[in-house]
Amino acid sequence: MTVSAAGDQGGPVGQGLPAEPTERMHGVPVTRPRGQTVLHPSREEYLGVVGALRDEGYLVCLDVTGVDYLAHPGRTDLPPEITPERFEVVVNLLNHRARSRVRVRVQVPEDDCRLPSLWELFPGTEAAERETYDMFGIAFDGHPDLTRILMPEDWIGHPLRKDYDSGRIPVQFKASAERPVDLPDVRGTEAR
Amino acid sequence: MTATEDRATAAPNVAQTAEGAQEMTARDLVSEAERMRELGAVLRMSEAEAALEADLERAPGDETMIINMGPQHPSTHGVLRLMLELRSETVLRCKPIIGYLHTGMERTGEELTYLQGPTNVTRMDYASPLFTELAFSLCVEQLLEVEIPPRATWIRMLLTEINRIASHLLFLATNGMDIGAVSMMLYGWREREEVLRFLQKVTGLRMNHNYIRPGGVAADLPDGWRDDVLRLCEMIPPRLDEYDILMTGQPIWRERLQGVGVISTEACIALGITGPILRSTGYAWDLRRDMPYLAYDQVEFDVLVGTYGDCFDRYAIRLNEIRESIRIIHQVLDAMPKGDYRVQDKKVTPPPRARIDESMEALIHHFKIFTEGFKVPEGEAYVAVESPRGELGCYIVSDGSSRPYRMHIRAPSFTNLQALPHMMHNGLLADAVAIISSVDPILGEVDR
Repeated sequence: MTVSAAGDQGGPVGQGLPAEPTERMHGVPVTRPRGQTVLHPSREEYLGVVGALRDEGYLVCLDVTGVDYLAHPGRTDLPPEITPERFEVVVNLLNHRARSRVRVRVQVPEDDCRLPSLWELFPGTEAAERETYDMFGIAFDGHPDLTRILMPEDWIGHPLRKDYDSGRIPVQFKASAERPVDLPDVRGTEAR
Repeated sequence: MTATEDRATAAPNVAQTAEGAQEMTARDLVSEAERMRELGAVLRMSEAEAALEADLERAPGDETMIINMGPQHPSTHGVLRLMLELRSETVLRCKPIIGYLHTGMERTGEELTYLQGPTNVTRMDYASPLFTELAFSLCVEQLLEVEIPPRATWIRMLLTEINRIASHLLFLATNGMDIGAVSMMLYGWREREEVLRFLQKVTGLRMNHNYIRPGGVAADLPDGWRDDVLRLCEMIPPRLDEYDILMTGQPIWRERLQGVGVISTEACIALGITGPILRSTGYAWDLRRDMPYLAYDQVEFDVLVGTYGDCFDRYAIRLNEIRESIRIIHQVLDAMPKGDYRVQDKKVTPPPRARIDESMEALIHHFKIFTEGFKVPEGEAYVAVESPRGELGCYIVSDGSSRPYRMHIRAPSFTNLQALPHMMHNGLLADAVAIISSVDPILGEVDR
């Protein structure tokens, strides 16, 4: 989403207003919301950009997580050339020497929920990517052991998706004989 | 027991969510390349080193045994389950299986207003609850772009350092208990209780304080707080000296910990491990010093590092970090400014109780804040603090409403658990207990 007219909002500098050319880093657009650096690569550029950041000195990958923007489609904090998608994977990197952090936000479309894994670059992302897979159903290609991590392995659905109804889920007991074979489809029901 | 599911059927399938087993796969079903990837890729070994490891690794499946340790095992600090592959007493492979304490707290966080948020996050790391509250509050303040009053900053520093002492005392107690020094458990709990008593006096609760909130802290420090803090600062150092006599200098204790569970700096960095485990490898990285938040740039303290990255270093670092915390607390006592303990922005902070009786406006603000909550501008932010276990980060996405659109906690224990397989590799089963203990995981934070 783009802001309609530059300057009329009086928003903070660097929020991706179209009037000023978007800053670039490693060939991808950069925004600086609230003084933090955020890179917006496409899915194709993702692995290359994270690899370039690692070579630059961002040696620690602290966190990989996801966001489901289903209920908030009109977000305004993306640079104009990035098309918002339903899912977003957020990666936090830390550079010890420069004492700086960057965040990488990748758009992941709903109909093709997959992204290359960072495992080859940062082995420490193993658990975090499993968690993102578990909670959002985003598959990471090249991950050595992409299984659920927090939910039971036979759980149905991905709990942090916005269309996953919270609070009204039948309890899924693993060993119970009466376990419903076909759980009701919880998607699409209004959460709140 | 041994996982029987074939690897081939474990291909990720998003639509049907038919995941493979989370459990460890039996040796015969894992290719050697895969086994080496578990080790070599992470540890960044040279080919020669990897080949050496491969020789040790080459054991036929019927010589090894996979056993479960936990989830209900006294040394697993809650509900951690480890699957260990053993050849006689040697641990060849290890896989932590977590999720037994998962209660969907990040999802709950999306349903609560920003003011209710700390009540939820404080229950994650229940041994150092104030740190999660702090990370959450700092993140919300970053989104709101408000500056909190200096007194609130220094109260936060005081309370989190006291909480760090409590958390490390808990570590010392459980570490002693796990290894067999049961008397240490009693001493550690005893001192921790003294610390918690002070926290109770300030916040009303021993744990799960909900004291640090967006905009400041919940209440000013109570009368006589300074004497209480001074009493703690006088009481604890001599007790630490007793611990030194009881454990640090004792040959049995050292035999049990030195050279056990060694991990390298490279492995820590590759695995994203932070906190005392990273520092035990000789790598000085502490967010309080290197990327200061609150007013840590105005106090003087040392970042403690180890040399060997073993269990003993991790024990010694935590023990001495208590001393550093006391040093910080003394400086906080000297510098504690007067003034407000929370932001005087009526849209963010509830009005004082007395004002509600007099002012219609105050009543309206009170009503709005507690029914609807305050609105936070759209955007996202990540803020991290140094918890006793490492980098504790909070990532919040706001859609402009009064509830976080997405609230994620980067829990240090969650990442640190990934070190277990590497620390335990080729170690003894008896050392596994010491290693789990030295990672100091809090399962509430791991599973969230």
